[in-house]
Amino acid sequence: MAETAVLTREAGAADPGLAARLGALDLPAGGFTAAARKAALARFEKMGLPRGRDEYWRYTDPAAFNAAVPAPLQIADSGPDGPLFEDIDRLRLVFVDGIFDAEASDDPALEGVQIDTLAAAEGQADHWAAPVYGTLEAAGHDRVARPFGALNTAVARDGALIRVSGRPARPIHLIHRRADDGADVYFHHVIVVEPGAEVTVLETGMTGARSNYVIEVDVMEGARFHHISAKRAGYQKLGWGGIFARVAAKALFKSFNLSLNGTLMRHEAVIDIVGDDAVAHIAGAVLGDGKNGDFVHDDTVFITHGAERGESRQVYKKVLKNGAKGVFQGKILVKPGAQKTDGYQISQALLLDENSQFLGKPELEIYADDVKCSHGSTTGAIDETVLFYLRSRGVPKGRAIVLMVLSFLADALAEVEDEALREQISERLDAWLTRHA
Amino acid sequence: MLKIDNLHAKLEDEDKQILKGVNLEVPAGQVHAIMGPNGSGKSTLSYVLSGRDGYEVTEGSASLNGDDLLALEPEERAAAGLFLAFQYPVEIPGVGNLTFLRTAVNAQRKARGEEELSAAEFLKVVREKAKSLDIDAEMLKRPVNVGFSGGEKKRNEILQMAMLEPKMCIMDETDSGLDVDAMRLVAKGVNALRAPDRSFLVITHYQRLLDHIQPDVVHIMADGRIIRTGGPELALEVEKNGYADILAAEVG
Repeated sequence: MAETAVLTREAGAADPGLAARLGALDLPAGGFTAAARKAALARFEKMGLPRGRDEYWRYTDPAAFNAAVPAPLQIADSGPDGPLFEDIDRLRLVFVDGIFDAEASDDPALEGVQIDTLAAAEGQADHWAAPVYGTLEAAGHDRVARPFGALNTAVARDGALIRVSGRPARPIHLIHRRADDGADVYFHHVIVVEPGAEVTVLETGMTGARSNYVIEVDVMEGARFHHISAKRAGYQKLGWGGIFARVAAKALFKSFNLSLNGTLMRHEAVIDIVGDDAVAHIAGAVLGDGKNGDFVHDDTVFITHGAERGESRQVYKKVLKNGAKGVFQGKILVKPGAQKTDGYQISQALLLDENSQFLGKPELEIYADDVKCSHGSTTGAIDETVLFYLRSRGVPKGRAIVLMVLSFLADALAEVEDEALREQISERLDAWLTRHA
Repeated sequence: MLKIDNLHAKLEDEDKQILKGVNLEVPAGQVHAIMGPNGSGKSTLSYVLSGRDGYEVTEGSASLNGDDLLALEPEERAAAGLFLAFQYPVEIPGVGNLTFLRTAVNAQRKARGEEELSAAEFLKVVREKAKSLDIDAEMLKRPVNVGFSGGEKKRNEILQMAMLEPKMCIMDETDSGLDVDAMRLVAKGVNALRAPDRSFLVITHYQRLLDHIQPDVVHIMADGRIIRTGGPELALEVEKNGYADILAAEVG
């Protein structure tokens, strides 16, 4: 695993904000996670809260994440769309305000998978998730401080612990619901996909006025992990989340993230390719409308190639209007010896008006001499020629723009391998876009 | 059918007049060809008629079966029966050809107050029409025009025309970039659509397309106006002598 070099503040910098942030928190004692929580808290205190001058916080103001407590957020009407993936045969695990709700969930018995929850397992002195909990998150601070990841490991009370040993017949669906207007919600999932195993994890729903989630995924040799997350936030919603993955030899990691609205959302992905011939794809599709206030969506991705013949893809698409702001910071690090690496990154924004903006920062850092790495970033408006073409066929302007947005998002959506799931997301997007046209 | 009267148009953000008084009438069931040198305003005429942004009509009128075309949005013109086959058909990644066709057909039906076609009805019709244009199921499934050859793109235009059943078809240099076989296939598709209640305005540089789609009337356009009108023999004259003689005669 990568050496961990936690970045620190200049020595002795007093941080009253940090004291206030910590003062508002309730720290669980922890059972098998106790040591990890203690270490994480120490990391967090050492790193401190992010500041605007920090390299990876230049484009996104962390103030709302740093505030001791968030403003309460009324539970919004879930809208005319029913729950996503409703007609897919799947195993549902429901979390209400970050806490597992067994009543609302399906029987967690599923062949090839062992499902636990953090709160229920916490009392045990030892657990199979212990070597992973907080470990991948901690490793994710190599070169970049991720204080909210450490904070999550320290304070999260619940989450799913999923150990996959076979090829379960159904996907596992993590559903997040809100029951409370209240403040911070932390949850922390640990997913271990054992050698040769394969699983699909679906995620929907938002939680808390300000949410903070961490997903740690250990994809072992020859294993395959598919993650499809679709989240629709109410307005005035703050969310920070991080997915920390370790991908072993011949393993496959795929994560697709759809995000609709919110005020300030930041999604960090840290993927460490540690074995030869591994594949890691991460994609994001974001629709942001600033008409009801601020909208900032930030994807900050860091993929490390630490082994030979690895393939990585980052595909990010953001559709922005009414003053919405999109941020993409994507890095590919190729370590010495990671020969024949194939790294690809594309970030694109479609700006539906002149008030919206997209800030992209691609980074490549390469220490091997026989690699193929490329990146591209584009920002554009609706193509008038395509719009005219569609209208000249009788498609009304509003519908034509919806089709063009779907066309723009297609490359990101293509990262969802399963056709039925992809189709459902596409239909949902279509309905949402049509309503928000 | 189509009636254009003293049509003047310029680019919106430039003060350059492109159409300088076009007069043209295409009766129902007829095929008219417009020929002319580069820069004569042929493509501009097709864009102004179909409502593309960026042009400003400064004088004159254009109507389709009595409807004032210039007062309508592009999609309304389409629903009224106008169709423009593009010189460079546009690629739309991520949108399947079938989805696109069905969206267009049903949008027009809806605009006209007709019932929308069900998926099954639509598929039956589209398969039939695609077959006669040598368009296979694979091409129907692919994203609109993405990865299509020049010939496939133009055949796809004709398929759209066949599905949308317009009254007035404007074809903007449909022959450009086509080899002889592809042109024959396109012409066959167009000829199959000729009907007493459907008219065509075929814009072309060359006479060769008109060997396959025989026009009733040929117009020569130069410097933003129709300068001569005649029968099919006019196209042959152009092919033989070029535009120079005709232009010279006009100036003289």
